[in-house]
Amino acid sequence: MLILTCPCCGVAAEETELQPGGEAHLKRVGPGGSDDEFEAYLFARKNPKGVHFERWRHAYGCGKWFLAARCTATLQVFGTYKAQTPHPPAEIVEKIREARPDWQPDWSAE
Amino acid sequence: MPEAPTSGRYSVFALAREALRQHTGWRRAWASPEPRNRYKVIVVGAGGHGLATAYYLGKNFGITDIAVLEKGWLGGGNTGRNTTIIRSNYLKDPSAALYEKARSLYETLSQDLNYNIMFSPRGLIMLAQTEHEVRGYRRTVHANTLQGVATEWIEPARLKQLVPIINLDGPRYPVLGGLYQARGGTARHDAVAWGYARACSDMGMHIIQNCEVTGVETEGGKVRAVNTSKGRIGCDKLAIVVAGHSSQLAEMAGFRLPIESVALQALVSEPIKPCMDVVVMANTVHGYLSQSDKGEMVIGGGTDGFNNFTQRGSWHHVEETVRALIETFPMLSRLKMLRQWGGIVDMTGDRSAILSATPVGGIFVNCGWGTGGFKAIPGSGWAMAELIAKGSPGPLAADFGLGRFREGRFIDESVAAGVAH
Repeated sequence: MLILTCPCCGVAAEETELQPGGEAHLKRVGPGGSDDEFEAYLFARKNPKGVHFERWRHAYGCGKWFLAARCTATLQVFGTYKAQTPHPPAEIVEKIREARPDWQPDWSAE
Repeated sequence: MPEAPTSGRYSVFALAREALRQHTGWRRAWASPEPRNRYKVIVVGAGGHGLATAYYLGKNFGITDIAVLEKGWLGGGNTGRNTTIIRSNYLKDPSAALYEKARSLYETLSQDLNYNIMFSPRGLIMLAQTEHEVRGYRRTVHANTLQGVATEWIEPARLKQLVPIINLDGPRYPVLGGLYQARGGTARHDAVAWGYARACSDMGMHIIQNCEVTGVETEGGKVRAVNTSKGRIGCDKLAIVVAGHSSQLAEMAGFRLPIESVALQALVSEPIKPCMDVVVMANTVHGYLSQSDKGEMVIGGGTDGFNNFTQRGSWHHVEETVRALIETFPMLSRLKMLRQWGGIVDMTGDRSAILSATPVGGIFVNCGWGTGGFKAIPGSGWAMAELIAKGSPGPLAADFGLGRFREGRFIDESVAAGVAH
């Protein structure tokens, strides 16, 4: 059973306490965006077989949204972090690299 | 084109002949050739949908220069992992048309393929266990009447006659009636893949197993070849029919799909004497139940909510499904469960399939069947073959294009069914 630690309340919550919310770090497209950008924002998903960043809600706990880094091929959990984060933080990237030395982030550092 | 070994015609005379010579004369049902370096059409994925696509390309359009590539073994993905239910009682017109086409093709598929797929139109009931489901299914019956799909609304008394083992009274989920499709049923899932494979092989197509696609080569926005674990294979057209791994193939070709992959699981009980000769689906509690020819109770459950490629499900979903089903079918509480397994299903936002051309010229996708692909196999292959042969969709596939997401023309079966379907 999947167990994620909620970064908001610190509880190690099991799957039945949590509500999955799909891919994380989607960039909202503003009113000036093109149809292509809007379609990609709404529908196109990475759906990777491997490292995946995703949204979760601690539905039967504190009720807060948070983000998790997880492998969809092995179900290994690399860590959880707050939802108010534009990219996965450095310590999560480090944890992923420990297990997957070849893994490359696909965002540019700001 | 090299001569493919034909497997001979199956008939009662063939059976008698082989009985007299100790069954030594049966030939291989399909060939296992080494790939050539070029084909007109390459279909990735030798599951039901991929093989049906190849079969109807040959049968309806005379295209037989085809390779069907499979990374594992034939029919080893979701084709061998579903609960074999066949129905076409959908609310939306495009879905009803496509699934009804598939159901009607299933009726004569054993004769068409000369291979017994054991289609059993034993009838199918979707239980209404809340007031909202009663209204929803009555609406579906009206829609089906207009679409030419034979379904009817049945009251609890009739339902009890059809399913004597059912408990109508609840208390939590009382059975208030059902949506009955008398011509729905089941078929032998492996036989569907094997029958299509044999027919394809007999037409001279190459079915290449243990051949994983590792890359897609394009030039000037058009597909040229695929790289595989058995080398580079050129093609004019490429059909991606790989269910849960559609996003991975699309990434190789350089585009994204509106798809997320999740695990769906099923389980079977120990075999028992015949006790239920219809298929029963209870959507409020996410459980489907039918009895296999061997006597096992086949139980399908809900999906995991998170992205997952591991072909196994979560235990709490098993508990959820079984807990709810034993209220409606109390006798199940004494059964031991024998096996549990999972498959990776490709879910779209509107829970309807994608049959479409793609941003890359010559590449077509057939995916997004989600939790209900088996019932669609013949219709899906039929529509996909037309799309590949003509380059543009026919009437069955027209509404299932990728463009519907951009244009907001959803075929919203997620709302119609309320659950995975």
